[in-house]
Amino acid sequence: MQETAKLAVVTPQPEIPMLQLLAPDGTYGVPKEYQRYGEVIETLSEDDLKKFYRDMARIRRFDIEAIALQRQGQLGLWVPAIGQEGAQIGSGYGVGHSDHIFPSYREHGVAITHGVELMSILKMMRGVNHGGWDPEETRFHLYAIVLGTQVLHAVGYAMGVKFDGLVGTGDKDKDLAVISYMGDGATAEGDVSESLLFAAVNDAPVVFFVQNNQWAISSNIKDVTRVPLYRRGEGFGVPGMRIDGNDVLASYAATKIHMDEARSGQGPFLIEALTYRIGAHTTSDDPSKYRDEAEVDEWRAKDPIARFEVFLRRQGISDDFFEEVASAGDALAKDIREQTFALTNPPLENIFNHVYSDPHPEIDRQRQWLKAYEAQMGTHE
Amino acid sequence: MRGYKSVVEIQFDGFVFPAFNQITSQLAKLTYRSEGFSQMPIVIRIPYGGGIGAVEHHSESPEAYFAHTPGLRVVTPSNPNDAYWMMQQAIESPDPVIFLEPKRRYWQKGPVNLDVSPMPLHNARLLREGTQVTVLAYGPMVTAALQAAEIGAEEDVSIEVIDLRSLSPIDYPTILASVQKTNRAIVVHEAPTNVSLSSEIAARIAEHAFYHLEAPVLRVGGFDTPYPPAKLEEAYLPDADRILEAVDRVLSY
Repeated sequence: MQETAKLAVVTPQPEIPMLQLLAPDGTYGVPKEYQRYGEVIETLSEDDLKKFYRDMARIRRFDIEAIALQRQGQLGLWVPAIGQEGAQIGSGYGVGHSDHIFPSYREHGVAITHGVELMSILKMMRGVNHGGWDPEETRFHLYAIVLGTQVLHAVGYAMGVKFDGLVGTGDKDKDLAVISYMGDGATAEGDVSESLLFAAVNDAPVVFFVQNNQWAISSNIKDVTRVPLYRRGEGFGVPGMRIDGNDVLASYAATKIHMDEARSGQGPFLIEALTYRIGAHTTSDDPSKYRDEAEVDEWRAKDPIARFEVFLRRQGISDDFFEEVASAGDALAKDIREQTFALTNPPLENIFNHVYSDPHPEIDRQRQWLKAYEAQMGTHE
Repeated sequence: MRGYKSVVEIQFDGFVFPAFNQITSQLAKLTYRSEGFSQMPIVIRIPYGGGIGAVEHHSESPEAYFAHTPGLRVVTPSNPNDAYWMMQQAIESPDPVIFLEPKRRYWQKGPVNLDVSPMPLHNARLLREGTQVTVLAYGPMVTAALQAAEIGAEEDVSIEVIDLRSLSPIDYPTILASVQKTNRAIVVHEAPTNVSLSSEIAARIAEHAFYHLEAPVLRVGGFDTPYPPAKLEEAYLPDADRILEAVDRVLSY
């Protein structure tokens, strides 16, 4: 900071407070003002920590395989989450087992922490169906393709939970809260502002988890907000904090604490997880057109998995564990590749199923017509 | 999703569009996307139509947008008895229902029969029998259609009037039975006629009752303009005279 002459043209940025327990070099430390977050980490067992690592590595391997499958024409589209594993696995495990989750379409990591099958995600991206899992059973609701829409659904659901009287009863088995995931781009949607307002005025038990990966397709975060996103809720009455999204422990602790608080009736909260989208927006995007490789390298050096590996090794976790995870990743890749190649097309009647829950004469008529047409034209398998 | 049956009210027809994305892109599709895992038993009440001297955005007829959207059911009562029963049937439905309320008929009084169970929600009702032409109307235009039939009768023109009640799905068996009898049809609504409910109904009648028709199906509706200022709405909105003008045309083929 001595070179004032060189920096004179740069707008001074006040230091933004950020919860970080695990530095990019793998050093663990709890700043005094974040002590209660550190206390949450103290409760984790070695198995918990291994689970975090295993799932981060697993979802990255899955992601790489999915990109390859899309390039081979096996998927219509893929939405990579590489670089965001710390935010997603940490946060996902911070969500309780009765809580409900409303994701956007990049939350593959969160999905696996709540029992969603990886093949379900691939089926959807292949075009076998539009959803693929039971949102009631998994409590992980369907991916939202129109970004921002899911945030209103989360708040509405949280208001329903409150109507049910399942907030702040003190009974840990009864109470539940809701979390909505979104990216930095979605915060510019009107739906998100409406969500913050409705959550605030209704004291809804909901946490807004914003993964600020800094690029809304080709729009950089600097061009789309004047105020850091963790403060976006302030005017609506939703307090917030920034965390290091590439720190799986900070992501876990912040989500756990603020979901617990929402569940106990303390109202909504916003977490901005600062992270970076290492890959493309989707497989239809080429980020080299709009950002420098140097910036990507800078964030590769802050990788969530690499820093956690350093931390675990310092904790005394041996080579055997990391080798086991690596070979499990290879097996997973082989397995999903085989399962994807073996997928069959859905039956034609799926076009018509579940448009309505009650019978509908037009749908019935068209279903019959297609059936007769196909019979006349020959098989269509 | 949380097990509640929500009944929401949009203040006026022209104010529904900020919610249009959530209604057409989310609400209408969620049961389909989830392959039946999630149901959306939501009723959206929308006061619609003109004739009340209101300012802009308070007099529109947006029904075609919703009837066009798979996954939604669209109904509209024309009288107090139907309003009472159709609302309860809409709330019972496991599917999302757009419930269009003809706001200029809010002051219309009529008996509500609590003793007779209602007809199915998506059935049309034959309101007045006639032999020469079928007038198909819904919501606020049913009153105008009945007036036209009354005036027609004085001039020895026999007009059959059907209240469609449901705009998605449409009760084609009732419509086609009537047209096969009268051999002529006119569809009436306040909305602009371009790509409207009347376009669809006319096409379907032509498809399924072509050899019964003595004349093309005519449409009586609003003009293909934005809803005009209130001092011009009398000339914009269809009424009994406009319907009778179409009756004259359809009978002269």
